[in-house]
Amino acid sequence: MSATILVPAADPEPASGSPLGIPGPLLHGLLLLVALAAFAWIVRRRLLVLRRGAPDPRLDRLGERLRRLLVIGFGQSRQLRYPVAGIVHVLIFCGFLVLLFRSLTLLGQGFWGGFAIPGFAGPVYAAVKDWTGLVMLGCCAVAAYRRLYVKPARYHDRLALRSHGGEAHVILGLIALLMVADAVFEATTLAAHGGRSWALPLASLAAFALEAVPDSARPGLGVFAFWLHNVALCCFGCYLPVSKHFHVITSLPNVFLGKLDPAGRVKPPRHGLPPGAQPGEIGVRRLADFTWKHLLDFFSCTDCGRCSDVCPAYATGAPLSPRQISVKCRDEAYAAHPVFGRPPAGARPELVGGLIEDRELWACTTCRACEDVCPVTIEYVDKIVDMRRFLVDDGRVPAGMQKALGHLEKKGNPYGKPGKKRGEWVAADGGDCGVRVLAAGASAPLCFFTDSATAFDPRIQRIGRAFGRLLRAAGADCGTLGADEVDSGHEARRVGEEGLFESLREQNLQALAAREVGRVVTTDPHALNALRHDYRLGEPVLHHSELLAELIAAGRLRPFALADGRTYTFHDPCYLGRHNGVYEAPRAVLAAIPGLRTVEMAAARNKSFCCGGGSLYLFREGEGERRMGELRIEQAELAGAQVVVTACPFCLINFEDAIKTTGRTGRIEVVDLAELLERALVTAAPPAATTGA
Amino acid sequence: MKQVLVIAERRGAVLDEGVFELLTAARALAGGGGRVAAAVLGHGIGGLAAELARGFDRVFAFDDERLAEPDGDGDAQALLPLLARGGFDAVLLAHGNLGIDLAPGLSVRAGMPLLADCLELHWAGQSLAGTRAVYGGKVHARVVAAAGGTGAMATVRGGAFAPAGPGTVAGEVVAAALPAEFAPRRRPLRTLRPEAGEVDITQSERLVAVGRGIEDEDGLQLVRGLAAALGADLCASRPVVDKGWLPRSCQVGTSGVTVRPKLYVAVGISGSFQHMGGIKGSPFVVAINKDRAAPIFGVADVGIVGDLSEVVPALEAAIEEQKG
Amino acid sequence: MDIIVCIKRVPDLAEAGLEIAADGRGLRTEDLDFDINEWDDYAVEAAVRLKEQHGGVVTAITVGDEDAEEVLRRALAMGADQAILLDDAAFAGADPFAIATALHACIRSLPFDVVLCGAVTSDGASGQVGGMLAALLDVPQVALATGLEVDGGRARVRHEVEGGLEREVEVALPCLITAQSGLNQPRYVSIRGIRKVADVAIAARSAGDLGLAATAVGEAGSRVRLEGLLLPPAGKRAEILEGSLDAAVATLVERLRERGGL
Ligand SMILES: Cc1cc2nc3c(=O)[nH]c(=O)nc-3n(C[C@H](O)[C@H](O)[C@H](O)COP(=O)(O)OP(=O)(O)OC[C@H]3O[C@@H](n4cnc5c(N)ncnc54)[C@H](O)[C@@H]3O)c2cc1C
Ligand SMILES: Cc1cc2nc3c(=O)[nH]c(=O)nc-3n(C[C@H](O)[C@H](O)[C@H](O)COP(=O)(O)OP(=O)(O)OC[C@H]3O[C@@H](n4cnc5c(N)ncnc54)[C@H](O)[C@@H]3O)c2cc1C
Ligand code: SF4
Ligand code: SF4
Repeated sequence: MSATILVPAADPEPASGSPLGIPGPLLHGLLLLVALAAFAWIVRRRLLVLRRGAPDPRLDRLGERLRRLLVIGFGQSRQLRYPVAGIVHVLIFCGFLVLLFRSLTLLGQGFWGGFAIPGFAGPVYAAVKDWTGLVMLGCCAVAAYRRLYVKPARYHDRLALRSHGGEAHVILGLIALLMVADAVFEATTLAAHGGRSWALPLASLAAFALEAVPDSARPGLGVFAFWLHNVALCCFGCYLPVSKHFHVITSLPNVFLGKLDPAGRVKPPRHGLPPGAQPGEIGVRRLADFTWKHLLDFFSCTDCGRCSDVCPAYATGAPLSPRQISVKCRDEAYAAHPVFGRPPAGARPELVGGLIEDRELWACTTCRACEDVCPVTIEYVDKIVDMRRFLVDDGRVPAGMQKALGHLEKKGNPYGKPGKKRGEWVAADGGDCGVRVLAAGASAPLCFFTDSATAFDPRIQRIGRAFGRLLRAAGADCGTLGADEVDSGHEARRVGEEGLFESLREQNLQALAAREVGRVVTTDPHALNALRHDYRLGEPVLHHSELLAELIAAGRLRPFALADGRTYTFHDPCYLGRHNGVYEAPRAVLAAIPGLRTVEMAAARNKSFCCGGGSLYLFREGEGERRMGELRIEQAELAGAQVVVTACPFCLINFEDAIKTTGRTGRIEVVDLAELLERALVTAAPPAATTGA
Repeated sequence: MKQVLVIAERRGAVLDEGVFELLTAARALAGGGGRVAAAVLGHGIGGLAAELARGFDRVFAFDDERLAEPDGDGDAQALLPLLARGGFDAVLLAHGNLGIDLAPGLSVRAGMPLLADCLELHWAGQSLAGTRAVYGGKVHARVVAAAGGTGAMATVRGGAFAPAGPGTVAGEVVAAALPAEFAPRRRPLRTLRPEAGEVDITQSERLVAVGRGIEDEDGLQLVRGLAAALGADLCASRPVVDKGWLPRSCQVGTSGVTVRPKLYVAVGISGSFQHMGGIKGSPFVVAINKDRAAPIFGVADVGIVGDLSEVVPALEAAIEEQKG
Repeated sequence: MDIIVCIKRVPDLAEAGLEIAADGRGLRTEDLDFDINEWDDYAVEAAVRLKEQHGGVVTAITVGDEDAEEVLRRALAMGADQAILLDDAAFAGADPFAIATALHACIRSLPFDVVLCGAVTSDGASGQVGGMLAALLDVPQVALATGLEVDGGRARVRHEVEGGLEREVEVALPCLITAQSGLNQPRYVSIRGIRKVADVAIAARSAGDLGLAATAVGEAGSRVRLEGLLLPPAGKRAEILEGSLDAAVATLVERLRERGGL
């Protein structure tokens, strides 16, 4: 391209002109003042809602918070799980950062012609910025195209009450306008400074388009474009907090203020109460019952739909879409506390039980897939548990769950089995598995906390005994609490029955205190999570996968080859993986079995898909059209596996059932990690040899 | 030699068959020289009284339009003079919905002891005595009416006595008048028939449960026949419900409903923990399964190992034959 | 509206191994868990719903020892306003009539529009107390209610009647209703809910307080005497009926007659 066709002309000088007869800088100052005041006022109105929220300490561990801000916030680490949308979003995000400086420059030029921010004035930045502008414009086009024509399933939510697409179009339009206005402004100066070049594609393009404009009109056009840009910028800034795009402003703070407690630890009913104090009311019923941070979550939701896209309840057709919880609460917050005008007269609709239905809340398995994927670290499990706490206090519990909770209270297990039979599993098949039932006062270096499924479900008892025999083979001395143990209360707590959880926890803590035990181990990730995070147990608490990996590493268990021609895959239980970050130990155990052929499912590790066992789901029929376990078995089959290895009683129950109900018996099998390892220990040697140690 | 009165229950225009079981019990209690009487209440019940008179020595027919609908509260008022007159050593009712509605109040007004829901009745000296199931049927209690010369009442569990055959007694029908102070306190508004499929299995005393072993809907028809023969309601394990062959309200188990029947016949059910978790109250469990090793045989009281397509029809036929 | 609800604490017998106590007249209770009688749960729920609709006071009453306070607290947590424990050694060994006598003596001194009882208990299982109490109070009663609405001095009750039918009837207040399952779905009572009523005072009344002679209540006031309890023999594993199909079926029919109530 050559510059010769462009006749040099004077720079448009917005600062020296006087549009509307007012000196440029003065008018510009006024514009800025009005915009800033409006912005501050709007944001203040919005944030006032947060002041109504419950306390939530979120300013501790600043280093950790900064790190998250850098990685998840600026580093956009969670975006790439969705390649197209993720890349588009990362590009827009980076673009915004780059263009921020350009916008500041343009704002400055409203006062001083030729204003520049040091370091952002040279040709390099000009080129970067111009390319960015081009890409941004492209991204806007892609985004608009996707929204209007492709319509990914994620954007359409079958549970959405109304569409917020209009706001997105306004925002896309404003961004495009900013780009175009800047380009036109640039184009009018280009002529003055050298002409079109590949370094400045967007501006050159604009200059090309403006060739027909007479030279004399250019400075005026430039000034117009300049003002258009700055006015649009101010509108953009003020529109953000009015619309759902408030997230553009709040998402980085939201990431900074994210939950640092272990993922598996449910928030206490109320922060900041002295231990032992009983709050009069618990749970969330109204908007203001949420903590201020949870309210900020609602403002920060980008409505991207990723959470619902990975939610197993949503996937199986249950009446839950986590994203809609945020959207509905944000809409309610906006409606109840409008930026302009007075709050509407009259009572607001019920939040919990109204806008958010009971069945919506009961559909959640607390699997945490939604939280793990959310690019702005919005929390769901704590909120859902908080809302359930209200339902429980109000007596609104589905019948099947009432039954299970009643049994937990009276008998310490959800099945209604007599509590005194709790220790009988150790020898229920006639043989003894090596685990000792510890009387009060007894001691053992290792204490097997079984939890209810292992203690009472005959199929799961087999896992407990297999694990016991493995320990014996490794020469590990292990005891269990027997009839003094009660359910860990993990599900009770997540169902919202905090009082029941507390009483179960006390009983277990007493049972543990009455014995001298070293480490605690469990085959149930729910128990693991309860003991580790809810009880905050002093002693180390291990999952059996961790202990088995440790025994193998120490050479105390030496698996034989198990090459049966089948392909194995490991299913990450939600409470082992996402809630406790244990991904490697079970895989290490599999890797230690010579000849075992393994594959990973597409949804592995933190992307794992819930079996449908959480939150006492075992005790009520969900409202979904399909069962989560069935979907998961299909995923395993898709990966080419014939054996699904898991490490959680509920996963096993659900998968065995799914295999039966979908007619896959004989084609695909589920085993617990302990059962598999035992097979590898006994295939090549008679049991006596392995258990003799 | 005792005088025994049976209060007959009717279902619309027909007698409840339970009255002939009560007749067996009454005859046994009356002994050789004793007499058994029946009381029947309603409007336009001449035919029923005549039918009863073939088996009972005397029939008190309370025929009045105010008695058109059975009403435990009003019927007690109607019957009180008959009982208060004395002379009955025992008054028997079926322990059904009407008996539960009628007997307690009547016994208090008549000043008679009441033995409820008896499986068996006999005399202990001059006192009426019986055995009844308590604690969900896990325990039997032997109870005796206090001696007091007033006679005693008892309600009798359905099926505890074999029904008496068609009688040839040619008993006397006595038209019984309502007492002057008769003033029913209930106003009947309407009678509702539960829709088919609306059966509440949590209330069923007898259940036939079908599992995946039935394989298809034809299998379901087979089992329906058995249930009808047993007078039982149908329920299912989850796979059958999942297939949509029976409504969700029929699913027994930890994630379905909890039932407390007295009899549970499991057909083609393996006996999974989740299914058995919904069965409470220690029923008598019968299992029909082709797999000798199925866990259901670990919890059932009695079982037949065999293919349900053979066992079920044979059993149905045998029961029908038994009923005559 | 004044509503009274009679409730009983009963053992949970599911899965429990039962042992008869040394005196042969009760169960060994050490290993048993107790709870409110299931049908009384429906009765309390119905009472609380009536109060929620019409206002008024719900009073829960039980005849029992101090352990029975537990079910009264539960009723309070569900929404009852006050609770009365009829506790006296003289009440021991009562038959349903003697229980009704004690309840009657207590209730006659209270204002009431509706008395609610369970249809039956899961332990004694006689289904008599409600009907007897109504006769003693001389109020109309409806047994086995599956629906209840109160409006302007009258109760409209749907209840189970002969032949598996249901009938809707109307009675004037005051009246007594016994609750059958299906009447409602009782609300959940959370542990926190129970803790919140831990300090509510529960009135205790003895036979003397009720103006009853010791001979009028308990075993002495009973019209039916319990001679003893016995355990029917229970087989561990299923008896598998062998032989030809016809023979097996014939034996099964016999078993059904003996044990299955055919
Ligand atoms: C979370 C969860 C909750 C559940 N909740 C429930 C619940 O509430 N209720 C429930 O029932 N289940 C429930 N289940 C399912 C339960 O685990 C079992 O899968 C189910 O009960 C098995 O049903 P079934 O016995 O009918 O089928 P199967 O286990 O497949 O048994 C079929 C039986 O029929 C026998 N059979 C086959 N053909 C014949 C023939 N021709 N003649 C005679 N016998 C034959 C077979 O030998 C076998 O024993 C739940 C499962 C999960 C995971
Ligand atoms: C040591 C001992 C001796 C006994 N002796 C006899 C005996 O001699 N004769 C005999 O017949 N039974 C006897 N029983 C059984 C006992 O009397 C019955 O359990 C009691 O009479 C109630 O009857 P039920 O449980 O069948 O109640 P139902 O008539 O089935 O109860 C219906 C409703 O009445 C109300 N109700 C019942 N009991 C109470 C209560 N205690 N407080 C408040 N409301 C109540 C509830 O609303 C209940 O739902 C004895 C029990 C014991 C432990
Ligand atoms: S909660 Fe997070 S993942 Fe879900 S829509 Fe909002 S921003 Fe997206
Ligand atoms: S925790 Fe799991 S089930 Fe619950 S909303 Fe999130 S993704 Fe859905």
